[in-house]
Amino acid sequence: MFRKKANPPESTRSGQADSSGPSEEKKGFFRRLRQRLNQGESFLTYDLAHLLPGGKPDEAFLEEMETRLLSGDVGVEATSRIMEGLDRKLWRDELKDTRTVMETMRETMLGILGPCEAPLEIPDTPRPFVILMVGVNGSGKTTTIGKLARRFKDQGQQVMLAAGDTFRAAAVEQIQVWGQRNDVPVIAQQTGADPAAVMFDALEAARARDIDVLIADTAGRLHTQENLMEELKKIKRVMGKIDADAPHETLLVLDASLGQNALVQASRFHEAIGLTGLVMSKLDGTAKGGVLLAVAENLGVPIRYLGIGEAAEDLDEFRAAPFVDALLAGDRSQEAGSA
Amino acid sequence: MFEGLSDRLSRATQNLRGKGRLTEENIADTMRQVRMALLEADVALPVVREFIDRVRERAVGTQVTRSLTPGQALIKIIHDQLVEIMGAANEGLKLNAQPPAVVLLAGLQGAGKTTTAAKLARLLQERDRKKVLLASVDIHRPAAILQLQRLADEIDAGFEPADAGEDPVAITERALATARRQGFDVLILDTAGRLHVDEDMMAEVQRVHRSAGAVETLFVVDSMAGQDAVNAARAFDQALPLTGVIVTKTDGDARGGVALSVRQVTGKPIKFLGAGEKIDALEPFHPERVASRILGMGDVVSLVEEVERKVDREEAGKLARKLRKGKGFDLADLRDQLAQMEQLGGLGALMDKLPMSVPKGVDAALGERQLRRQMAVIDSMTPRERRFPKLIDNSRKRRIARGAGVQVQDVNRLLKQHNQMQKMMKKMGRGGMGRMMKAMQGRLPPGLGR
Repeated sequence: MFRKKANPPESTRSGQADSSGPSEEKKGFFRRLRQRLNQGESFLTYDLAHLLPGGKPDEAFLEEMETRLLSGDVGVEATSRIMEGLDRKLWRDELKDTRTVMETMRETMLGILGPCEAPLEIPDTPRPFVILMVGVNGSGKTTTIGKLARRFKDQGQQVMLAAGDTFRAAAVEQIQVWGQRNDVPVIAQQTGADPAAVMFDALEAARARDIDVLIADTAGRLHTQENLMEELKKIKRVMGKIDADAPHETLLVLDASLGQNALVQASRFHEAIGLTGLVMSKLDGTAKGGVLLAVAENLGVPIRYLGIGEAAEDLDEFRAAPFVDALLAGDRSQEAGSA
Repeated sequence: MFEGLSDRLSRATQNLRGKGRLTEENIADTMRQVRMALLEADVALPVVREFIDRVRERAVGTQVTRSLTPGQALIKIIHDQLVEIMGAANEGLKLNAQPPAVVLLAGLQGAGKTTTAAKLARLLQERDRKKVLLASVDIHRPAAILQLQRLADEIDAGFEPADAGEDPVAITERALATARRQGFDVLILDTAGRLHVDEDMMAEVQRVHRSAGAVETLFVVDSMAGQDAVNAARAFDQALPLTGVIVTKTDGDARGGVALSVRQVTGKPIKFLGAGEKIDALEPFHPERVASRILGMGDVVSLVEEVERKVDREEAGKLARKLRKGKGFDLADLRDQLAQMEQLGGLGALMDKLPMSVPKGVDAALGERQLRRQMAVIDSMTPRERRFPKLIDNSRKRRIARGAGVQVQDVNRLLKQHNQMQKMMKKMGRGGMGRMMKAMQGRLPPGLGR
């Protein structure tokens, strides 16, 4: 409980340790992501051989690809960028077969997502490192917090949660359950309390108890509700009174099943409080998470984590290359490719 | 961030200017813009395709009325088609069953089921004076049951306590027993959020549904949902006998294309819109409003209204000229008007827009079925009879009734109605016409009354 800042070297390297250490697990995550995204086959590239009996892509084929991108929530803008790359090659007669199509798409998609690959690393100082979680109603904030708490705890960090959703009925109890499950303390007041006051309390408590990471929940709010966006700004201001740099990370949780409004959400939250990262939740189901491409193309905020299910290990860091491969290659073809 | 459809369309319809007829070729670019706008509004792709096909079918060959630009004519077709798919205005809940009538809410995680359950309970209590029991079978999300309990307390509704360790079916049965014993009219069952691809969870909600015997099974969907919502809706519709849809979080700025997708795929009516965090923020569904929002043009309704006003004005002008020439208002004229009213969806048409009150008996006769019947009566007459209604004696009436498949009384009623209208028209014809047209012009937006 009172292990002081444990072993700095270890926690500094927590980011790398995670990616280099259990690489088995890493593979496992993206393999599961592939399975859950595609349910066997990629929505983008299923049945390509059938589509191209002659083997050579033509305009009709490109139109079908455009359609598939759009039906994956990739959005009109990011889709046009991907299609531009393909169109250009088609005109130059460089699209010889499906492989060149795939390679071209992969290249453009990596161009969009690559710059957003920036895993969150918890530095040695300051302590506590404060993470503020925001998002619209029902996006999966509290569940994500539960998984993050588990993750940081497994990395040897002392974690504390702040029950900042004082609006929704039983939200406090919901996060308390997560606290119990992970055996981490939860600072809470009763429903209806001022969330900024809860944050103030939590930050002080975290300092007093030598906590490494404080994760602060907030009530779900639509980005159109100006008074609630103001409330977020107030929370930030109040945190700043204790630690001028807090919160050190402001994460927006985006539901992968959302459509193009996710883009509007992200930019409004970003304008209001300045996001430092995104978490995409609920990447299971049959939603393709294409909206991530749309958000990356338009906003360029780091994508920190992906959530693909209910279990704690169903949250992992975002990596552009395996994510793009998961989008492009079906589960089966990838098995062969990566072997 | 998104270009509204109005901007897209006004650009795309430039090239339609001066065309007298909409053709496959001259609307192609516009249709592409519509497709993009619908996709940006998150309407599911297969639904977009079908929609575009239907609009094209309706549009191609349409003769453009003189008073409309071809672009406006096309917008009207698009809007009408959208409203048509959206279905009728609020259908409400059908709760006429042996009490307790069970309402079951199902949907994906985070759609807003629990909040909606409480809002619905409040609405039924306040508006319909029902005694409502709330019960949650969500044993999966931490504190979900407690959340509903708190909300039930807040609105003073009944609540069936439950424990996360229980089986959902056991909770359902106990809630039913409580409802019967304590004389509740309605039992609202809140279920856990679940993914439509999660077979175990889908089987669970089916078991709950079976044991509950729900009369209303509502699919709750987030207005911000993307392309996949259509798959979720289809899966829930197959697993459960859905009776309707509730679209939530419509107080945001999502275009809500999901409303169109879900409606099209399930064929089930949208019954309510959730619009805010307050417990009373549950609104009846208005197809027009949702249609305009999907199209991203708040002004489409006023635009279409303007278009309709123009159509009316042209007809009214024709009629005015006729009256001024001293010709009577004959049955052929009546038929034209009936046809126009039917086109405009029954009542509210020409008579409504004239600056006078509609005589009793006329308005009641303007329902769509009556309109069609009346037109059939006029269609069974000879041109001479239409010009000179006085010719129609009993023998002719019997022939006309037989031809139209109606009773002689129906023919009488129509003739009487025509007689009344004719009197009214005559009154106006004597000097009243100019005033009438002036009054109508006053209702047109500036710049339109030439």
